[in-house]
Amino acid sequence: MPNSSNSITDLGVAAIRDGVAAGQFSAVEVAEAFNANVAAAQDALNAFIVATPEKAIEAAKAVDAARSAGQALGPMAGVPIGMKDLFATEGVQTTAASHMLEGFVPQYESTVSRKLWEAGAGMLGKLNLDQFAMGSSNESSYFGNVISPWQRPGSNAQLTPGGSSGGSSAAIAARLAPAATGTDTGGSIRQPAAYTGTVGIKPTYGRCSRWGVVAYASSLDQAGSMARDVTDCAIMLEAMAGFDPKDSTSLDLAVPAWTASLSGDLRGKKVGIPREYRVDGMPAEVDAIWEQGIAWAKDAGAEVVEVSLPHTKYALAAYYIIAPAEASSNLARYDGVRYGLRDLPDGAGLQDMYAATRAAGFGDEVKRRILIGTYVLSAGFYDAYYTQAQKVRTLISQDFAKAFEQVDVLLTPTAPSAAFALGENVDDPLSMYLNDVFTVPASLAGLPAMSVPAGLDAQGLPLGLQIIGRPLDEQGVLNAGLAIEARAGFTAKPEKWW
Amino acid sequence: MSTYRIQGATGDWEVVIGLEVHAQVTSNSKLFSGSATAFGAEPNSQVSLIDAAMPGMLPVLNGECIRQAVRTGMAIDAQINKWSRFDRKNYFYADLPQGYQISQLYHPIVGEGSLTIEADEKAGIPEAKVIGVERIHVEQDAGKLMHDQHPTMSYVDLNRSGVALMEIVSRPDMNSPAEAGAYLSKLRTILRYVGSCDGNMDQGSMRADVNVSVRRPGDELGTRTETKNVNSVRFVMQAIEHEANRQVDVIEGGGKIVQETRLFDPNTGSTRSMRSKEDAHDYRYFPDPDLLPLVLEDAFLEDCRASLPELPDAKRARYEGELGLSAYNAAVLTADVDTFRWFEALLAETALAQGKQPAEVAKQAANWLISELFGALNKLGKSLDESPVSHEQAAELLALVGKGTISGSIAKQVLEIMLETGDGATVIVEREGLKQESDTGAIEAKVDEILAANGDKVEQYRGGKVALFGFFVGQTMKAMQGKANPGVINEILKSKLG
Repeated sequence: MPNSSNSITDLGVAAIRDGVAAGQFSAVEVAEAFNANVAAAQDALNAFIVATPEKAIEAAKAVDAARSAGQALGPMAGVPIGMKDLFATEGVQTTAASHMLEGFVPQYESTVSRKLWEAGAGMLGKLNLDQFAMGSSNESSYFGNVISPWQRPGSNAQLTPGGSSGGSSAAIAARLAPAATGTDTGGSIRQPAAYTGTVGIKPTYGRCSRWGVVAYASSLDQAGSMARDVTDCAIMLEAMAGFDPKDSTSLDLAVPAWTASLSGDLRGKKVGIPREYRVDGMPAEVDAIWEQGIAWAKDAGAEVVEVSLPHTKYALAAYYIIAPAEASSNLARYDGVRYGLRDLPDGAGLQDMYAATRAAGFGDEVKRRILIGTYVLSAGFYDAYYTQAQKVRTLISQDFAKAFEQVDVLLTPTAPSAAFALGENVDDPLSMYLNDVFTVPASLAGLPAMSVPAGLDAQGLPLGLQIIGRPLDEQGVLNAGLAIEARAGFTAKPEKWW
Repeated sequence: MSTYRIQGATGDWEVVIGLEVHAQVTSNSKLFSGSATAFGAEPNSQVSLIDAAMPGMLPVLNGECIRQAVRTGMAIDAQINKWSRFDRKNYFYADLPQGYQISQLYHPIVGEGSLTIEADEKAGIPEAKVIGVERIHVEQDAGKLMHDQHPTMSYVDLNRSGVALMEIVSRPDMNSPAEAGAYLSKLRTILRYVGSCDGNMDQGSMRADVNVSVRRPGDELGTRTETKNVNSVRFVMQAIEHEANRQVDVIEGGGKIVQETRLFDPNTGSTRSMRSKEDAHDYRYFPDPDLLPLVLEDAFLEDCRASLPELPDAKRARYEGELGLSAYNAAVLTADVDTFRWFEALLAETALAQGKQPAEVAKQAANWLISELFGALNKLGKSLDESPVSHEQAAELLALVGKGTISGSIAKQVLEIMLETGDGATVIVEREGLKQESDTGAIEAKVDEILAANGDKVEQYRGGKVALFGFFVGQTMKAMQGKANPGVINEILKSKLG
């Protein structure tokens, strides 16, 4: 039985929930332990934009009281979590890591966060992220970079926790939270998970309601769970998912009992290896961990088959047309008229107010994507860019559909490298966008996909493997993830330096 | 063919007109939110989180608005598109919270249809004409700016923001202000019959963008201008007349018509330039990723069709055919929902009161409604639905005439008393002693008196001046104080005069 707050914060979702339910420790003790870690790490890691220790305690007290009263406890009861600051939380500032929404306090609760609170989770705080979820390194937040708890041995160079869910990945890796919400538009759950040795799953598009989630690219945005193991991700995803009549793209389907059906036995399953994912210039270590993953899949009983996804090379280009196009429209509402930042220069008219507000309220990456999106939707360019990108998107979906006639899941690296140092790619947006090369195709096709930690590179930094599944087959993805996880035996954690 | 021509200095010009009518859909809530839509509410009292475009809010389609649009399409025999889609029309304005209007550019819900305007010699429409409707699509209305609330600021009222509109786009099939006026009136009548729009132009429930161009008869189409938001039939006609003459003046003066958006000034009856094509927005239309394509099921379409009422053209034909009404009366009675409803209620009551078939009393009811009640209400400055006389009371009056209890001329007196006192016809006839005398003895006595007093005229009559018969009838009626049954007088006179 753990007897110090340090050991409690090493526990995951299932262990905390079960420990609380069994009376090994109280939910309040758990919340206090994580609150302490959050506070202690804030200056060094900057994982949270706002900490809400009182919310964590309040939820914990409710769970303890329910337990004392002999009431049934929810699937997340007593588990304090981090909430990516893209989810609107009633009464708690919600910024999307932007100056535009600094000080914005919603009068409503996102469907996903509401479901988590109803399942008994408590909120440790609002997690930092790339501004409006645009970025792969968490360097575009108005509230400063998130610093990965991981460091190269013998170096104190600050590394990226990945992005856009970089606050989430950093917090989980640094034991500031046992789990956190993420959102994934082109890889924003999977890539940060890979960079921090954590697990993250993006379910099928439409599984989790987008209601109350600040929109980046509506046709791609999908919430998911991040934690330190596959089971915890499954538990949390089950609590988050479900049909929401307030989101027209939400799937009107029951949430399967993913956790209860978890099995790492892959006998009878076929695992596909897409040959187009072997890209030039990929570090040998990434390739090696992929080969290792293939061996683990075989060991788990799966048959491994090479498959082809011929349009993969167009995915990134299509993504960087579709996502900015939608973003340019989704972000038009931040105009200084009704809420958020208003910059009204002396004597300014409406147009001046728009210009000043948006110039001051958006960061460079956000502006870049708004400009790209505006351009590709413009008269005369629409067909050449947007229409063409949609065609590519269809082809990519068809590629996957064909591959899934042969195999049950696909296994790929999550990212082409381990975490890079902050500042390394900031001035080179294209090289930054390449981080998403393996994650974007599944996003375009709306498929469930997850990243599981597979090992460390020579510098001691985590590498992740990605599993992509058929539409609605989160179970297949989770099961394959579990099989890899069991064989990878990934126990590395960042040396505490903060 | 319209013979309407603008007489220019260099010859005759033909006018070509197309109308885009925005009709507010009758529904309790907005197109994509649950907010109320009532007219005249306190500013910003009917605004949901969605209407104000708060972060993370999503549109959910209101099925009732779709039902109304489909029913409207069916009422003009239009193609109903079972697959349609919503697009975003992107532009910035303070009354447009999302920064885009959700509309349907590429795939409207209703395709080609038409309606017929009737011949109206007096108005210069020599024969009935079919006007094509290119499409009807559904879209959101914007809010309203208020410039008179503050010395330096404009205020925004979002009550209308998100209210459902149908944009009904005609073909450029009209060639005179009168045809355009007739089209708009007919469209309004149809919308009111269907119940899909209340047609209240003074409340902005219906407004028209007027496209006008001029050409030499038979030539290619000229360059058009679009005059926005004209909100009455009369103004539409004025705007066309002014704009067509202006265009002729420009062309004959050696100038060119520029494609532009113009505004109508109801105070001067003229139009002025608002913005030219060069300043036109690039709306960057693209499919709204928050909404799935709209697919209509057959059962839904059948329900829509089954719920359609008898439409104006069919009703008018039935009034002429089944009820034997004159073309004029049928047209008058079917021109508006309030009128035909009143008439049909009156007809039912009248048939009941007299124990006859509706067709047997239809002429009586129609004539009385059009020549007696309309005139009386006109004098009172009241509309039909404000009539102090109910259908039942009117039927009671008509029954007294029908049964010969009072004559038609006495009925006029009775109606006046009814309007003054609110009393029923029977009560008034009894009280005022207006009952028609059918007692042969009393009438015969008066006839004898009159024939005796007018011996010379009796001689002349018998000498062949048969026109004097009317004199004897009039004298007898006068002697009977108008209360004698004219049929009985005729019979007695005929027998006495031989």
